[in-house]
Amino acid sequence: MTAIQTERLQMTAATPPAAAAARPAIRIDNLTKTYGKFVAVDNVSVDIQRGEFFMIVGPSGCGKTTLLRMLAGLEEPSSGSCKIEKSDNTKPENSLVFQGDSLFPWMTVWDNAAYGLKMRRAPEAEIREVVGHYLDRTGLTKFAKSYPHQLSGGMRQRVSIARAFSNDPEILLMDEPFSALDAQNKLLLQEELLRIWDEHRKTVVFITHSVDEAVMLGHRVMIMTANPGKIKTIVDIPFAHPRNLMELQKEPEYGGLVHDIWMSLRSEVDRARSTIELKA
Amino acid sequence: MRDSTNKPRRPLLSQATTDRLIGALSPIGLLLLWEILARTGTIDTRFFPAPSSIFSTLFRMFQSGELQNHLLASLQRLGLGFLFGGIPAIILGVIMGLNSTIRAIFDPLISATYPIPKSSILPLALLILGLGEPSKVFMVAIGVFYPIVMNTTTGVLQIDKIYLDVGRNFQARPLDFFRTIALPGAMPMIMTGVRLGVGMGLVLIAIAEMVGAKSGLGYMIWSAWETFAVEQMYVGLFVIALIGFMLTVIVNELEKFFVPWRRR
Repeated sequence: MTAIQTERLQMTAATPPAAAAARPAIRIDNLTKTYGKFVAVDNVSVDIQRGEFFMIVGPSGCGKTTLLRMLAGLEEPSSGSCKIEKSDNTKPENSLVFQGDSLFPWMTVWDNAAYGLKMRRAPEAEIREVVGHYLDRTGLTKFAKSYPHQLSGGMRQRVSIARAFSNDPEILLMDEPFSALDAQNKLLLQEELLRIWDEHRKTVVFITHSVDEAVMLGHRVMIMTANPGKIKTIVDIPFAHPRNLMELQKEPEYGGLVHDIWMSLRSEVDRARSTIELKA
Repeated sequence: MRDSTNKPRRPLLSQATTDRLIGALSPIGLLLLWEILARTGTIDTRFFPAPSSIFSTLFRMFQSGELQNHLLASLQRLGLGFLFGGIPAIILGVIMGLNSTIRAIFDPLISATYPIPKSSILPLALLILGLGEPSKVFMVAIGVFYPIVMNTTTGVLQIDKIYLDVGRNFQARPLDFFRTIALPGAMPMIMTGVRLGVGMGLVLIAIAEMVGAKSGLGYMIWSAWETFAVEQMYVGLFVIALIGFMLTVIVNELEKFFVPWRRR
C-alpha cells in the first residue's frame, strides 16, 4: 500500500459508520449473568452502533459466549438488560452463526440456508431469490442439493453464514465461526464474510479468540477479563472498510494494534490460568 | 474356467462375488441335503417332509388361491397394526422426548407395562375385542408400539442441543420444531424401533392367528398341526420367513428414503 493510500486509510478511519449521534443498534446496560456463585458476565455496559462490526476477544471462560447467547435470546440475563433497537418490524431481531457444526444434517444445503425464511413464512419467491443470492455469494450454488456431511468444514461454515444472512436479521451474531478452520480457509472465509457484509453493512457482534481476526474485521475490539467477565477496555480499529486483508496485515499500524491488544489480553490469559491452577 | 488356466495368477472371481455366491449356494445346498436324506429315508419324512413335496404343496395351495387368502389376511392385519401402533408411538415418542412433563407422566406407565409378554395379553384382547379382526390388529399394534415409542423418545433426547438452539434462534414454532428438528433428528432411532417392531409384529400375528382366527398364516400353520398336514405347516413357516425377509428389505429402503443424510 502506498503512503497516500495509507494516509487516506487513516483519515477515513476512526469511529464506526453513522457515528455516535444516531440511536445505537444494541444497548447493553449493566448486563450480568450468574450461575450460582459463578459470575459469567459482570455488569457489562456498552452501546454498539448501527452498521458496526463489533469484536469481542477474551480468554476462554470470560463469558463472551454467554454474552452473545443473551443477545441471541438463548439465555436470560440475571440482571441488567440488552436491547436490540429494531429499524424494521418485519425483520427478525438477530441470527446467530454458531461455533462448530450447527447445520441440520437432515437438510440439504439449500434447506439449511432457507431455514430462517421458511420459519417466518416468507413467500416462496423471496426465499428462492434471497437464498439463491447468498449461496451464490458463498460459492455454494453447485452444492445446494448436497447434505452437510458431504461438505468440508469450511463449506459447512459458509452455509451457516448464508443461513444467517438469508434470514435478513437486524443484527448478526457470530460465535467464533472460524475457530475450527485451518489458516488458509480462515482467511478465505474472513474475506468472504467482509465482502458479503459490505453489501448491507448490518450490525455484527463477532466473538473470537484470535487477536488478528479481531483487528482485521472489526471497527472496535472489546477486550474482556475472565472470572468475573468484565469489560477491560475497548480499542478503536482505524481502518476503513472495505478492507483488503492481505494488504492490511502489512500496515505497521496493524502490527502495533495486534501487539497492544495481545499484551492487554495476555495479562488476562495469565491471570485466568493462575486462578485455574489455584483451584486445581 | 478356460481363462483361468491361461492366466493362473488372476483370480476367476473377486472375493465379494465369491462370498455372495456362497451365500446363495448354502441354503440350496442345505435343501439338497435335506431332499437326499428324506428320499433315502435317513430322516423321518413325517416330521421333515422332502423339500420337493413342500414346494409342490405350496404350488397347489397357490393354485387353489388358499395361500393368497391366508397371506393377504395376515398382511392386512400387519399393515393395520403397524399404522395403529406405529403412528401414535412416533407422535407420543417425539412429544415425550421434547416435554419433560409429558415424559414424567407416560414414562412410568410404559416402563411398567413393557415387561409384560405381549402374547399374554391375547386372552384379554379376545375378551374385550372379540374374535374378529380388531383383536388381531390390536395385538400387532401393541407389539409395534413399544419398541417405536421407546426408541423415538431416546432418539429425540439424543438430538444435539445445538440444533434446539438453532430452532429457537430462528424462531421455529412448536409444530415446526416437531416437523423440522425433533422428527428428522430422531428418525435414525425411529427406524431402529420400526425394525424391532417388525419382528415383534410378526411374532404376535402368528400367535394371535393360531388362537383366535379362521384365516391367516398363523391359522394355516395351526390347522396344519391339527390335521397333521406337515407339508402345509412348512409352507406356512416358509411364507412367514419370506414376509420377514421382505419387510426387512422394505424397512431398509424406507430408511434410505427417510434418512438420506446418514453417512454410509
